[in-house]
Amino acid sequence: MGEIWTILLGLGDKFAAHIVLAASAIGLGIIVALPLAVWASRSRNVARIALGFASLVQTIPALALLALFFPILLSLRAVFGEGLPTLGFLPALLALALYALLPILRNAVTAQANLDPGVLEAADGVGMTSWQKLRLVEAPLSAPFIMAGIRTASVWTIGAATLSTTIGQPSLGDPIFAGLQTQNWALVVAGCIASAGLALVVDALLGIIENGFAQRRRWQWIAGLAAVAIGLAGALAYQFEGDDEDTIVIASKQFSEQYILAQLIGAQLEQAGYSVEYRDGLGSAVVHSAVASGSVDISVDYTGTIWTNEMKREDNPGREAMYETIVEWEQENTGIRVLGRLGFENAYAFAMREDRANELGVRSLEDLVPVAPQLTVGGDPEFFERPEWIAVRDAYGMRFDDTRNFSPTFMYNALRSGEADVISAYTSDGRIAADRLVVLEDPREALPSYDAMVMLSPRIADDERLVRALEPLIGAISVEEMREANFAVDREGEGKLSPREAARELAETIGL
Amino acid sequence: MSANRADAILRFDEVERRYGDIVAVDGVTCDISPGSYVALVGSSGSGKSTLLKTVNTLVTPSAGRVLFGGEDVAGLPPARLRRRVGYVFQGIGLFPHFSVGENIGIGPRLAGETLSDARISELLTLVELEPGMASRMPDALSGGQRQRVGVARALAGNPELLLMDEPFGALDPITRDALGEKVRELHETLGLTTIMVTHDMSEALLLADRVLVMSHGKLVADETPHALIDGAGGDIAQGLVAVPRQQAEKLARMERG
Repeated sequence: MGEIWTILLGLGDKFAAHIVLAASAIGLGIIVALPLAVWASRSRNVARIALGFASLVQTIPALALLALFFPILLSLRAVFGEGLPTLGFLPALLALALYALLPILRNAVTAQANLDPGVLEAADGVGMTSWQKLRLVEAPLSAPFIMAGIRTASVWTIGAATLSTTIGQPSLGDPIFAGLQTQNWALVVAGCIASAGLALVVDALLGIIENGFAQRRRWQWIAGLAAVAIGLAGALAYQFEGDDEDTIVIASKQFSEQYILAQLIGAQLEQAGYSVEYRDGLGSAVVHSAVASGSVDISVDYTGTIWTNEMKREDNPGREAMYETIVEWEQENTGIRVLGRLGFENAYAFAMREDRANELGVRSLEDLVPVAPQLTVGGDPEFFERPEWIAVRDAYGMRFDDTRNFSPTFMYNALRSGEADVISAYTSDGRIAADRLVVLEDPREALPSYDAMVMLSPRIADDERLVRALEPLIGAISVEEMREANFAVDREGEGKLSPREAARELAETIGL
Repeated sequence: MSANRADAILRFDEVERRYGDIVAVDGVTCDISPGSYVALVGSSGSGKSTLLKTVNTLVTPSAGRVLFGGEDVAGLPPARLRRRVGYVFQGIGLFPHFSVGENIGIGPRLAGETLSDARISELLTLVELEPGMASRMPDALSGGQRQRVGVARALAGNPELLLMDEPFGALDPITRDALGEKVRELHETLGLTTIMVTHDMSEALLLADRVLVMSHGKLVADETPHALIDGAGGDIAQGLVAVPRQQAEKLARMERG
């Protein structure tokens, strides 16, 4: 409990960012929904189309909606220029505002449709213009229902905003995603408490306003509105205070190694006097463009990932040539500076239990070829579709008796229980060390390399002080050391470390 | 008692209103002279309410014109026209978020004036309500009290013309009778011209000094109450008069024992 409390106290910036994002999205939703509702009340077709569209949006999972704005904004760059952000606040705002639209619109339209026709006839009868009718009669009588819609939208939006972490917008989703990945439940619980607590408080405040409208108690809704405004102002002030040009933002993807390396890099920079901010749990595809656009400053990426996903290459020129080509390509195409390789690879590889490998006399993929027809190979769900598997199959003429798919965790269990003889593993995975697995050599270099590289955004590429602070990391981390650190974070029970602690131990090991 | 064309305050000139294939009002021509209390009677769907609403342009004629004080109402700004024409209807339509006083003062407020408390008290007194009611909210009133406020609201702007669409239809008989008498009295003292739509012939006969009967969108009779009682106006009008007549005869027989 004490641990959760400590984490909660450290969530100030995420909390402020979450409030600003959610409030902006709800605000935008209101600005769009209310005029639309008025129009809809004047035209049945508009009502049908607007409500239909809003309902359709609602059927798209929030996570997908957030992700969809990346390609949409990317294509809009043709119109608005390269400056249009594709990640972070803007796409999160747009997706969440769309999401907030339905409850507000539906309540506003329903409220207008349910107004007493006698009252509307009287409004015309006493000579109100259509604007006076809206302002004096329709708006005040619909207000409590519209407010109820805004309440619903707010609770949804505050919850869904946690997902904006995945597209590079800081929110209370940061601790939740980081905690899920590193199995640090205190982080998850703290993130949930913070976002649920925020939703409850906002719901209560908006409830006071709604009640004030319904009971026509002016002081009540003004007080509620004032409380909301004060909270929002506080969050804005906090956010702008913390918004410092000199802050270096470090990204991490959604797995333990990334969290550890981000902390390691962060610690180095803090020692050099930089203030550091972490953007944890970004989607893998998002990180590269985030660094290129400067919305984050530093990431750790892998040669094979850039080679296939960014450069769209399918050939394998070998480890060194691949790295050299990437460094040049980044410099020419994105302005990203590849500072160097950390020294280890997180590549696909084939692994076996030590006893089984000894028994069959297998040390490399070449040794595996003659015995493979009697063996079962296990892979993660996408492995047997990936170019890595196809490359190995074709380079060695590898034929297994059986291929089976396992989720990554169960893959290791299957190896332990003998359900699989060989599995596709990741070379830096901590479980290789823990289970004392043998990683088979690849003499024909069929598997592309996945050297971990430090990537610097164009904004900080020429910052020599920063480069000096990070240089000690280059070539410093062996795959065994990385495995050990990863295992310390991934393991259960005694000896489990947080990414920050693991980073500290790793720093000691490599002599920083 | 057909009105003279020259001094008509209101003239319907070949007024027609269609809703798709349905003809609600089918070429009505008629003059209303100032100071008259006219009842517009007919069964449901005869077009009487539709015709009434062409006067304050809540309904726009498909063809023909309505002249108010010699001017075509279609050419008058609707908001200004409706301030000169009081409107009372069965739905009452008090604004639930306004107090009684604010409801009464809404017409002048729209015109940029504020109704004085004294004037609101006076209007409440006119419709036999306590001046203290001004600060109450409509949901604290009975049905009869609400329609009294509705009448006060219609009178607040000193209208020349009072339009009433089934004004007492939702009230209990005693309240209905009392309010009917009261409005007739106000009609006299304030020098109003009044048109009242009703489906109740006895109400029309007892309150109005001219009865127009409508059927299927057409005007089928235009008589004084006396002439109707004496058998004028044709079959449809007499069919409507027969109902209260038979009721009265039955009651008279019962009284004689």
